[in-house]
Amino acid sequence: MSRTTLDLWVGVFVAMGIAALFFLALKVGSISGSEIKSPYTLSAHFDNIGGLKLRAPVKSAGVVVGRVEQIRYDNERFQAEVVFMVDGRYKFPVDTFANILTSGLLGEQYLGLDPGGEENVLKPGDVIKKSQSAVVLEKLISQFMFGKAAEGEPAPAK
Amino acid sequence: MGGVFRKLGSIAIDAIWQLGFITRFFWLVLVYSGQSFTRLHLTIREMYFSGVLSLLIILVSGLFVGLVLGLQGYEILQRYGSTEAMGTMVALSLLRELGPVVAGLLFASRAGSAVTAEIGLMKVTEQLKAMDMMAVSPIARVVAPRFWGGVVSMPFLAALFSTMGIFGGWLIGVVFIGVDDGAFWGQMKAAVDFRYDVLNGVIKSFAFGVAVALIAVFEGYDCVPTAEGVSRAITRTVVSSALAILALDFVMTSFMFRGL
Repeated sequence: MSRTTLDLWVGVFVAMGIAALFFLALKVGSISGSEIKSPYTLSAHFDNIGGLKLRAPVKSAGVVVGRVEQIRYDNERFQAEVVFMVDGRYKFPVDTFANILTSGLLGEQYLGLDPGGEENVLKPGDVIKKSQSAVVLEKLISQFMFGKAAEGEPAPAK
Repeated sequence: MGGVFRKLGSIAIDAIWQLGFITRFFWLVLVYSGQSFTRLHLTIREMYFSGVLSLLIILVSGLFVGLVLGLQGYEILQRYGSTEAMGTMVALSLLRELGPVVAGLLFASRAGSAVTAEIGLMKVTEQLKAMDMMAVSPIARVVAPRFWGGVVSMPFLAALFSTMGIFGGWLIGVVFIGVDDGAFWGQMKAAVDFRYDVLNGVIKSFAFGVAVALIAVFEGYDCVPTAEGVSRAITRTVVSSALAILALDFVMTSFMFRGL
């Protein structure tokens, strides 16, 4: 085989390989690093974070606006402190509400931000005051059960 | 009793000696690489033989693996009523594990064995010695181009394998079974992360390429220069490449994918 045909085949092979890599990178996967532009950090305290993981999405109105960066235990408040990055393009009012929610019944957990009505916006490094913990299924079931039991109690006394 | 320990000792010493030899050989290949890159067409030639000629088996196997993943994935996912997650399942299993590992195994048996046979036969017919006599380093002229040809080809082959596999999964899922096209790609795109899944797969396939290419050239260079020795060297190439790929895969997976 002459050298030019050989070069041609290798060129075709390399081009196919690079095209496959691009396909995998752009069509199959999503480049997460470039999604969040000029991020700033915020934090919030929760009584219970449930199954929230590092790098979990931060969503507002269902749109991903950031990622969870750090989760640690605050031994003074006996609460979990969640530090997260938010895209610099988005600003949230100071009375924003942070929730830990679950996508679907068995889906992954994410941090939801419900913006409030204040004029002032959160600055980098601020702490969100209002938060709601993750729903722990066992607690919910036991509340429901005790609720049912309490409902049933007065009946025989009547 | 002493005989048992003596045997164990000799096995251990042989293994360590072999490991040292392959490390020194690897170092020599790297040292002579610069010299062989000055004649780049040698490496391009080897890329043709190990990369381009492996394309057919890689693409066809990738397609069939994807088709099987599609069928099996659908069978399991429909029990939980989440057939839309099929794209995610096919893409993640191919990108993280099957692409690099199966492409590596096929590459070892298709290209690695050929490289070992070629170098082994050169040794039998004393071509390597003749080169040495003419002051041409056989490592720069013969070994390094074959090593780099394999190392460069392997990540491309693994990426093509994964791409074909995803196409196969799409064919079964969307075209034959009728999973929603938008859900297939959308869920896949939402779940597959470029750095975590795609890049780690590429790193894996690169590491397998280095392992397979090194084992192939080493076994050829190290073979006993007889007909039987060459055939044994080829067998050893395929067996130890497969073991190296699977063992490396376990080690790399345990570092890369630990659920954070």
